[in-house]
Amino acid sequence: MRLKSKIAALVCAALTAATLFSCHGSRGLPEFAIPDEFDTSRRHEITFWAKNDTNINQTRIYEKAISDFEAIYPNIKVNIRLYTDYGKIYNDVITNIATNTTPDVCITYPDHIATYLTGENTVVPLDELAINPKYGLGGSEIKFDSPSKNEIIPQFLSECKIEGILYALPFMRSTEACYINKTFVEKLGYELPETLSWDFVWEVSEAAAKQDADGNYLLNGQKVMIPFIYKSTDNMMIQLLRQSGAGYSDENGNISLFNDTTREILLTVAEHVKTGAFSTFKISSYPANFLNAGQCVFAIDSTAGSTWMGSEAPLSDIAEDKFVEFETAVMPIPQINADNPRMISQGPSVCVFNKTDPQRVLASWLFVQYLLSNEVQIAYSQTEGYVPVTKKAQESDEYKDYLSRAGEDTNEHYKVKIDAVKLLLDNIDSTFVTPVFNGSASLRNAAGQLIENTAKSVRRGETVDDAYIENLYSSVTSLYRLDSLNESAASGREFTEGLPAASKALLICLSAAWVGILIYIAKEKIKRNRI
Amino acid sequence: MKKSIAVLMALIMLFAFSACGKDAAETPDVKGEGVMTYAEYIAAPLDSEVVVETYVQAKQSWWEDKATVYSQDKDGAYFLYNMSCSQDDYAKLTQGTKIKVTGFKAEWAGEIEIIDATFEILEGNYVAPAFDITAILGTEDLINHQNKFVTFKGMTVESIKDADGNDVAFLYNWDGSGTDGDDLYFNASVNGNPYLFTVESYLCDNTTAVYSAVKNLKIGDKIDMEGFLYWYEGVNPHIISVTPAQ
Repeated sequence: MRLKSKIAALVCAALTAATLFSCHGSRGLPEFAIPDEFDTSRRHEITFWAKNDTNINQTRIYEKAISDFEAIYPNIKVNIRLYTDYGKIYNDVITNIATNTTPDVCITYPDHIATYLTGENTVVPLDELAINPKYGLGGSEIKFDSPSKNEIIPQFLSECKIEGILYALPFMRSTEACYINKTFVEKLGYELPETLSWDFVWEVSEAAAKQDADGNYLLNGQKVMIPFIYKSTDNMMIQLLRQSGAGYSDENGNISLFNDTTREILLTVAEHVKTGAFSTFKISSYPANFLNAGQCVFAIDSTAGSTWMGSEAPLSDIAEDKFVEFETAVMPIPQINADNPRMISQGPSVCVFNKTDPQRVLASWLFVQYLLSNEVQIAYSQTEGYVPVTKKAQESDEYKDYLSRAGEDTNEHYKVKIDAVKLLLDNIDSTFVTPVFNGSASLRNAAGQLIENTAKSVRRGETVDDAYIENLYSSVTSLYRLDSLNESAASGREFTEGLPAASKALLICLSAAWVGILIYIAKEKIKRNRI
Repeated sequence: MKKSIAVLMALIMLFAFSACGKDAAETPDVKGEGVMTYAEYIAAPLDSEVVVETYVQAKQSWWEDKATVYSQDKDGAYFLYNMSCSQDDYAKLTQGTKIKVTGFKAEWAGEIEIIDATFEILEGNYVAPAFDITAILGTEDLINHQNKFVTFKGMTVESIKDADGNDVAFLYNWDGSGTDGDDLYFNASVNGNPYLFTVESYLCDNTTAVYSAVKNLKIGDKIDMEGFLYWYEGVNPHIISVTPAQ
């Protein structure tokens, strides 16, 4: 079962941890230098913090990957620690940076790495490692079939760069998909267009929201119907802005989220929340639960959540007797301009943390490469609607065979899952990522918060108009300390500008203590000299 | 004069003892002005503002000035999700603490809760006795006890399938994908009907007695349990105590 309390708590924890980390700072590590040779005479023990989607198959693949890797490199021992949430990993990494006890290898997001980088030499830059003739990607001394740098999908690789430096390798990629109860769409007298537009989704959703005098929905005869549910409202806002060509942020951390297009988006959201045509995961629950119970027409969620979607979904949180039969269509998210579709690229990446022993770092790097081998890439991608990040895996016969068998069963070859994968494979050139900088994770949260707050306010009978939105901009800016981010970006100052007063006070106290210590030492020295 | 004082003292003592002897649960809950009764809270529409006086029964978590709390008055229970709360105030929310909560009624996956709430601490204390819900399991009346502190008597631990199809007594995470420290899931039945129970790791982590007790369960064990009648797409009790059946 998947519970919202943990998700929200972890997001908050991550924010807290980010603040604490900024406050604590860290002891710097020496810059990593690639050893000439990997020392196989020594035993290297590394720690891998991995994330799974509460999916036992993913756990097993990680375990097998480690076992196979250790068989190839018997002098490397990999200890895995499993998480089910990126926010928790982020939180724990930040806490451990301060004491130089980070993992060696970690599943992560570039937004998070941007925060990790505030520690000195904390994350290993991978540019030189990637092209090292011996130990680089596809290097001569690698003992397994490692992909070359050119075999990693260039767009996915570029997503792992921060200020032009490669700090991670992509591990898996996904995007969002719109999972549609096609049966309902047709029952309402509509046909799915080739490209889903926002106008179409809103129009059908409004039609689906009609009720009889007793409060039963005409479409499903039930008391519950949320025609359109969005799981990740931060993605919703970000993608709508990108599709509109409107501002969000730039690589320097300049924020342009609070613009007129955002205002229009919020007013549109308000209009459809008011009629009951739209809701969000945070307000109502998982889109899959409503979709599968015949209580939703359009459910937008990650392609990596596809195994939960549809009347034959292999994973589910609702009772079997709640499932209804319907035809599931999997389409790219709605678009503003059908000729120029845009959708988010997301999914886990993997980074290497620096250590004082370069041999240990090299061992970590070898393991990271192993995660990109076909054995791991193909197996892991099949657990959910993930796409392998290498051409080597994507073009392999094994993977092509997997894709060709969509619908053969409702587990490994579950049609909805493979359709979701194909959706991304067919649209890789239409994907994008948002600029990464220290604070970009906060901005992302703020983008979603605008929609969540608007939706809640409408449900509570508040008036959502220009004045409301001005106030909302102000409160969300304050909540996520975005004004500090903008100032930092403008002046090139550190993110610590955004620290709460207590943290600032602590930093001032620490500085004062050091000044006091230095004065005392100096005085003692003067005294001794006099004696 | 001394006699008068002695009589007065005796009367005071008698009054005090009689007050002490009265069961706290029998004392009616007198709500402050503008505060809803439990019945009014239940009748309030979703998304409306609600004001309740309730008593902390257990705390689930605190992050970044947000607390999630199981609370109950003498008539019913209120789940307080992500209520604004400083860390100092969170420490004051001990079991039984009376609080006045102002927030919005919401429903998430079947769980009725109060969200976006603020609170103030009031004078008063009440610890809810565990309500025996065993006979109500599987009935339509069960949801009327949502979020209450309850007890399950004479339950039998049933098998749950792990990912390999093996029968086990409990799982880490719902599908067995977790490790020590994650939520625990297990089945227990009464009258042949199995129900799914959870040890919520934020409420009871792997250092608690209940976490250890569940890890030591064997299929067929007869147990009594206490916990909160949480809801997630159906009843999903958060268990805080497991003992051999009495």
